[in-house]
Amino acid sequence: MSTTTTSDSRPSREKAPAGERVADWADGRLGIYSLAKSNMRKIFPDHWSFMLGEVCLYSFIIIILTGVYLTLFFHPSMNEVEYHGSYVPLQGQLMSEAFNSTMHISFDVRGGLLIRQIHHWAALIFLAGMFVHMMRVFFTGAFRKPREVNWVFGFLLFVLGMFTGFTGYSLPDDLLSGTGVRFMEGAILSVPIVGTYLSFFLFGGEFPGGDFVARFYSVHVLLLPGIMLGLVVGHLILVFYHKHTQFAGPGKTNNNVVGMPLLPVYMAKAGGFFFLVFGVIAAIAAIASINPIWALGPYRPDQVSTGAQPDWYMGFSEGLIRVMPGWEINLWGHTLVLGVFIPLVIFPLVLVAIAVYPFIESWVTGDKREHHILDRPRNVPTRTAFGAAWISWYFVLLVGGGNDLWATHFHLSINSITWFVRIAFFVVPVLTFLATKRVCLGLQRRDRDKVLHGRESGIIKRLPHGEFIEVHEPLSQDALHTLTAHEQYKPVEIGPTVDENGVERKVSGAQKLRAKMSEGFYGEEGQIPKPTIEEYKEITSGHGHH
Amino acid sequence: MKKLSARRRHPLAAVVVLLLALAATGGLYAAFAPAGKAQADETSQSLGITEGQKLYSVGCASCHGTGGQGSSDGPSLVGVGAAAVDFQVGTGRMPAQQPGAQIPRKKVIYTQAEIDQLAAYIASLGAGPAIPTKNQVSPEGADIAKGGELFRTNCAQCHNFTGKGGALTHGKFAPSLEGVDPKHIYEAMQTGPQNMPSFPDTTLSEKNKQDIIAYLDAVNGDDTESPGGLELGGLGPVSEGLFGWIFGLGTLVAVAVWVAARTAKAKKS
Repeated sequence: MSTTTTSDSRPSREKAPAGERVADWADGRLGIYSLAKSNMRKIFPDHWSFMLGEVCLYSFIIIILTGVYLTLFFHPSMNEVEYHGSYVPLQGQLMSEAFNSTMHISFDVRGGLLIRQIHHWAALIFLAGMFVHMMRVFFTGAFRKPREVNWVFGFLLFVLGMFTGFTGYSLPDDLLSGTGVRFMEGAILSVPIVGTYLSFFLFGGEFPGGDFVARFYSVHVLLLPGIMLGLVVGHLILVFYHKHTQFAGPGKTNNNVVGMPLLPVYMAKAGGFFFLVFGVIAAIAAIASINPIWALGPYRPDQVSTGAQPDWYMGFSEGLIRVMPGWEINLWGHTLVLGVFIPLVIFPLVLVAIAVYPFIESWVTGDKREHHILDRPRNVPTRTAFGAAWISWYFVLLVGGGNDLWATHFHLSINSITWFVRIAFFVVPVLTFLATKRVCLGLQRRDRDKVLHGRESGIIKRLPHGEFIEVHEPLSQDALHTLTAHEQYKPVEIGPTVDENGVERKVSGAQKLRAKMSEGFYGEEGQIPKPTIEEYKEITSGHGHH
Repeated sequence: MKKLSARRRHPLAAVVVLLLALAATGGLYAAFAPAGKAQADETSQSLGITEGQKLYSVGCASCHGTGGQGSSDGPSLVGVGAAAVDFQVGTGRMPAQQPGAQIPRKKVIYTQAEIDQLAAYIASLGAGPAIPTKNQVSPEGADIAKGGELFRTNCAQCHNFTGKGGALTHGKFAPSLEGVDPKHIYEAMQTGPQNMPSFPDTTLSEKNKQDIIAYLDAVNGDDTESPGGLELGGLGPVSEGLFGWIFGLGTLVAVAVWVAARTAKAKKS
């Protein structure tokens, strides 16, 4: 495979085609043949939900591309200038150079507004895509061994995405984002003892100072995206290394992947999908306005508007602060602002709650095997119920964050909504958990009935003695396999604590807790036993029909 | 002089002096006080007041009292001025349909002539801000940018950046300013209806009010363009997020389903 031999062996014949020569040249230096050989035929299974991650990847690429364009015209400076651009209602107003240059991009740079809107819409969709992708992984159990590390990578990408989004939202220095930064400053100030120092450090003195746009700018365009890019690469390498998971089905086992090869099928599909994603985002950016800073006006600390909310991914933190009672403690001349500090503490906990679940589950099951076949959400009721409860919790906080718009659009009292959210914060997740678990168990029972008795065909038959029955159609072997492929854990038992010699064994609290949780997960209340072969044979042998 | 000084200790002297002082004060007041009411009696407005009083007895007196003195169901209207009447009745808020957190805008049921008569009657109860003239509310020649700055400083807290409205406590709200007559915006600032604070000329001069009207006309008027495309209500990130989820991610999921369904395998079966 070296270049010299190929060029030597062809002196008499015609030169090799240009493509081959280029490939040879590259292989001699990069060794791409062996890399390609092992990866070109990598198989990927087909399911629409496996493409959610691609949506995120592509919108991330779109954000980087449009972001680069924006940096060509944006001035991350807080120097005060007078506006003389083409938007009349702001002419002559004093504003920071950051706001001025964003106005310039929006009105006086060719394609500037479209690019800005693509950048911002893509950011919203990127975060929404990550959220849904993460939930897909969660509900199908794709986070199980060996993919825990990749779950954590994905979670970090989501959190970093939130903060990259927040810093980007703050850059234009408009009245809305300035209020958001002020909110953040308030949260930092609420930290006991070090709050004031942290705030002064971050803003280079008293808020808003003259530094934060430039600082946020380097965080937004360099630090966070740099880390994210590294994580994305790691995330993708791990997807390649672990191979993709697949849903249960005939011919699909824990040791194979059924699907199409990367080349040419997936390369074409993924490449095409990139342009589809780009097209959809560009169309949305061309149709709908986002963050119309000209309508918001430049930031001034003495001004504020109603309806000042962060972008959706920070909405739950807004909800936390809006519904929190304004408690404070005054001690020795110092104020501890619990009304702000408690939400600040809960904010990361909301996110961590979902991130640590996989590790809790693996501790409860004690399962050390690899899993490449996905679960149907109904077959793991406790996990599904936990995920649904978390989403409902998150949604309750979003309602709290938008309480003013709920009030105006549904003609409700904002105070009632706030009280609803305060109570719902504790109650709704519990109710969702219980309801989801019941639904899952019901669906499991239905699957069991389907396996044992077949599908209801809708055909009513009258028997000679006058009885009416509905004819049930037996399922195909494929369908039977799919419905019974999942394995069911047995609850962990502590076992007898006293051995045959009467010596008591020490049982730690953790072991007891684990046994209890395991019983909840996989005990009688936690799952419906799937039909056994004996049951199936018994019923299908002829005399089982009711 | 002697005569006068001789009687200065007369028992009635104090009374005479007092009478003279009162007459002087009264006379001076009559000469310099804002005339308004006293003069209006002679003109066609006096007819308006009588008509207005009739309308008032039918449509308003049940809550505001027979003489505008107010009752447990409605505030006193003495001194609220013609501008307040023109605003409340001219936007359909009054007469109110039912008590509630706030009386909403609805269909106007009086003609402008009747509203003027009602306004004249209420104005006759006590001095208050008058209905602004056409010139006073005209956005012509006003400073839009200054108006924007004033709006963001004084109004946006409740009415949103461009006057789309917002929520207040306990079901009250700051209404949207879209499609509101400039005259009514001016009167609202002048009189501070319902939950709104008032911005009299001492706080927000006539020129400032015109600037604000001009700003609203520029950013929330009938001819306002939205350079970025659909405005999505102009409500900020909440409606943007909702749109992004439903139409952005929703479309992408639909596309993903479509792409995933189109494989070699799907064609075979």
